Amino acid sequence: MNTSTSVPDLECHQISKNFGSVQAVDQVSFDIPPGSFFSILGPSGCGKTTLMRMIAGFESPSNGDIRIKGQSVLGTPPNKRNVKMVFQHLALFPMMNVYDNIAYGLRCNGVKRADIDRKVGDVLERVALPDLAKREIHQLSGGQKQRIAIARCMVLDPDVLLLDEPLGALDLKLREAMKIELKLLQHQFNTTFVYITHDQSEALVMSDHVAVMNEGRFEQIGTPQTLYHKPATSFVAGFVGESNQWRGTVVDSTTDSISVDVGTGFKAIATPPPGAGLASGSAVTVFVRPEHISVDRAHHAAADASAKTNELSGTIDSLLFNGANSRVLVRDLTGELIEADITLTGGLDDPKPGESVRLSWHAASALCF
Amino acid sequence: MTSDAKKLSLLLLFIPFALWIALLIVLPHIGMFELSLKEKIAPRVYEYSLANYKNFVTEPIYWNTLLRTGGVSLLVTFLALLIGFPVAYYIAKVAGKRSKGALFLLCLIPLWVSDLIRAFGWILLLRETGVISTALQASGLIDGPIEFLYNDATVVMGLVYTVVLFMIVPLVSTLDGMDNEMIEAGYNLGGNGFTVLRRIIIPYAMPGIVAGCIVVFMLSAGSYLTPILLGGKNSSWFTEQIYDQFITRYNWESGAAFGFVLLIFTSFVVWLGLKLSGQTLSSTVAKS
Ligand SMILES: Nc1ncnc2c1ncn2[C@@H]1O[C@H](COP(=O)(O)OP(=O)(O)OP(=O)(O)O)[C@@H](O)[C@H]1O
Ligand SMILES: [Mg+2]
Repeated sequence: MNTSTSVPDLECHQISKNFGSVQAVDQVSFDIPPGSFFSILGPSGCGKTTLMRMIAGFESPSNGDIRIKGQSVLGTPPNKRNVKMVFQHLALFPMMNVYDNIAYGLRCNGVKRADIDRKVGDVLERVALPDLAKREIHQLSGGQKQRIAIARCMVLDPDVLLLDEPLGALDLKLREAMKIELKLLQHQFNTTFVYITHDQSEALVMSDHVAVMNEGRFEQIGTPQTLYHKPATSFVAGFVGESNQWRGTVVDSTTDSISVDVGTGFKAIATPPPGAGLASGSAVTVFVRPEHISVDRAHHAAADASAKTNELSGTIDSLLFNGANSRVLVRDLTGELIEADITLTGGLDDPKPGESVRLSWHAASALCF
Repeated sequence: MTSDAKKLSLLLLFIPFALWIALLIVLPHIGMFELSLKEKIAPRVYEYSLANYKNFVTEPIYWNTLLRTGGVSLLVTFLALLIGFPVAYYIAKVAGKRSKGALFLLCLIPLWVSDLIRAFGWILLLRETGVISTALQASGLIDGPIEFLYNDATVVMGLVYTVVLFMIVPLVSTLDGMDNEMIEAGYNLGGNGFTVLRRIIIPYAMPGIVAGCIVVFMLSAGSYLTPILLGGKNSSWFTEQIYDQFITRYNWESGAAFGFVLLIFTSFVVWLGLKLSGQTLSSTVAKS
């Protein structure tokens, strides 16, 4: 993914970390080109924070190498690394005001007083909070604290900015707003951001590249689109976005199509993962996203029915209305619930619970691992 | 509950505290204050005057003793802070969750033994025929017995030992409330160990430091047993003067005046300390 010829801002090479018998991070390698927004997405406890603390220098890796701008930093103490971190709870210093919080790092570096004044003013301008210099920390709103925490790091011109779930403490509304704001800030500062989150929508919306992490390993690194449409492993398929899942055994497979017996008499036709030939009889999971399933009334024979290779019938269990993102929950003949996207117009024509429907989807949009 | 019943229950809860303050603190002090303003002009004839206070000012030995008590107490406070801070930091930040409780309990153990017994313990160790002197002689490091008691260093040591706990407790509670992220942020932004201590940890712990210092200073300046037992008759502690006036000379008027002088003096020192450190009582003692 390193398309430019310049040195990556941050490279991790085969780093591992174990705490006693716990393997928190396991052989993780990646590199991040300058100026990009890179997210690490994974469930709670998968080792994200540990990975970040190793990059910042608060833990030392059991194995492997970390390079910043091409230089190994393994022997560099945290206060000498040009990697700044926005902590999960921000860790603004409550006994200092906004100005002193931002000036702290500059003072540590022995910057002259006049320069400190100018730089603090500049960075406050850039995070759009020019009048807050003299405020105390407890007088700030959640979003303002967020921006001050970023300003405090950015004033030091870091090579890489690490953010450990900084939106976790905010309420939903503010979180949505801050997502966009963070992305804009990253563009504006043009610094490499490494963003940790367990919230996939944050990762997908903001990032240039996302690494999906599970149990200490990277499952896949790619653009949000790749992760969503071409997941490489079943974990990624299940974790990124929403999917209907069927477990079953392979009964027949060719290079571009595979049929899976999911044990309910329904034979699903799916696309096998590239390169991996799945032998008949192996256990697999089939993933189908709700937006790929079309819902038709049972008595309307759909015109393109022949084109779709998977068909199931069932009855509508309930409708989940959410404006343009409305869903329908369909109970199939074996009693399993399947989610599909539909459009609810509010007219009399809308499907209602209890109606019989036919679900269909293309083999190409059913992935199988 | 109606608001009247609520008021009543609040009142009932408050009464023991109010009684305690009124009967054991305010009333005796009013009595003492009145007593301190009386001057004996003939047997059983008293007159209101400031003679007792004048007596204190004009007799250098009295105010010298008071200044000395204040100075040594400040030294004790400083030493207690110096010793207590690393201990508190260790308990609050370095020790694991489980050992934290045990360590804290360990700090409390000296409190389970009475002051008097503790002081006698010191005496057993430090007197001429005591454990340390004997041991040093036996090991051949010294020729004759040495008296470790009855000097200022011993008094300071004994006082620090008795009061250091009251420094540790408020410090642990403030440091405990400090998020580790804050310390890491201090390093991450480029600070070294010293900067982080000076610019982040100490300012954060300031309320605890001030609270601990006030308590320790008051305890030390008002202590009687430790200076007398470890310092002997020459310890020149101000509480000893007060005791002297009340018991030996049977001059209650003068003793009462001395008591008030001590109260005013220590209050003044605390006020000065708060002013100099830019803290207030409500942000320190009341908070922890
Ligand atoms: N200091 C430590 N000692 C022992 N085990 C640890 C330590 N720090 C983390 N771990 C373990 O390492 C694993 C990964 O922890 P980590 O904090 O990196 O998870 P995370 O991905 O950040 O999770 P979350 O999203 O909940 O913050 C966990 O199983 C955790 O229990
Ligand atoms: Mg974490």
